[in-house]
Amino acid sequence: MHELAVAQAIIEKVEQWRQSEGGLRISAVGVRIGLLTDLVPDSLEFGFEALTSGTRFENTRLEIERVPITGRCAGCGQSFTVESFLFVCPECGGRDVALLSGNELDISYLCVEDHNDEHEPEVKLDSAKGHTT
Amino acid sequence: MSTLIPRAEKVLSENDRLAGLLRAEFTRCGVAVLNLVSSPGSGKTSLLERTLGAMALRLRMGVIVGDVQTENDARRLAKAGGRLVRPIVTGGACHLDARMVTEAARELALDELDLLFIENVGNLVCPSSYDLGEDMKVVLISTTEGDDKPLKYPGMFRRSGAMVINKIDLLGTSDFDMAKVEENALAINGSLEILSLSCRTGLGLKAWFDWLERQVAAKRDRPQAETSG
Repeated sequence: MHELAVAQAIIEKVEQWRQSEGGLRISAVGVRIGLLTDLVPDSLEFGFEALTSGTRFENTRLEIERVPITGRCAGCGQSFTVESFLFVCPECGGRDVALLSGNELDISYLCVEDHNDEHEPEVKLDSAKGHTT
Repeated sequence: MSTLIPRAEKVLSENDRLAGLLRAEFTRCGVAVLNLVSSPGSGKTSLLERTLGAMALRLRMGVIVGDVQTENDARRLAKAGGRLVRPIVTGGACHLDARMVTEAARELALDELDLLFIENVGNLVCPSSYDLGEDMKVVLISTTEGDDKPLKYPGMFRRSGAMVINKIDLLGTSDFDMAKVEENALAINGSLEILSLSCRTGLGLKAWFDWLERQVAAKRDRPQAETSG
């Protein structure tokens, strides 16, 4: 249950970016979560909502994309989707499988409104970190 | 109207940055670092107690030990002969992160150590996401748990370099099947090294001690190879 800590890290990153861009209004945050990270999307959404409630990100949506686990067999070179976490090559049965995807925990995009919110005060890059109104 | 701005940013990049600094420092000091992870009660502290006691003359060891509350484990380890034991009480957090380890490591004389254990919080989920600058995660499982545990927590078993099966003196008193747990673990991670032992009877401990010495020797043999983390 480290989803709350992950949600906090996402919010901090988005806030840093928002300040560096001069205070844009952000309507959505896209995140990619690999299936090998053991993160529960519902819990992450819950944590994000709890932490943003009453802040400028209250209406910001968290859009989660799950990334399947894929690997490449060191023996025969076959690339494949890993089902049920079994890292066994479907072609030759090899077990030396390099991970291609599945470990992701990334912010992949931000949706910003085309105009600055006039009600928001300008926030400078070097002002209080993680500050919310 | 809204605009989509592509980003490619790791959420835990700050942790990864600090872990990279830790790894460089550990490498500079030539200290091998093992991150011990398991469910609560698998025997991480018991294994370290046995190890600190038996290996005191062969290796210079330190421990960073994390717990949600209390410093009980740290006290047990200090009593067992831990040359240097630093407690981290996370105060509710379910895992150690690189910032906590950085602070704890600052109070250890890393130059004087051959081997540093980081005893993580008992949890097979959350600690798997946090790089602590270690050389290897070592996952413990005990024979009083289910032999399907690797399948239930694949992320941790995939990211670990070795699996230690503890409490083998109790084999036969539960439905735990050694062959099955090994098969399950290797299906997730074909390069996992597997050791089995009993902290209570001492069975298998010698192989564990020898394995530790090999990790220390391997680290010494590649002193500057991994400074970039």
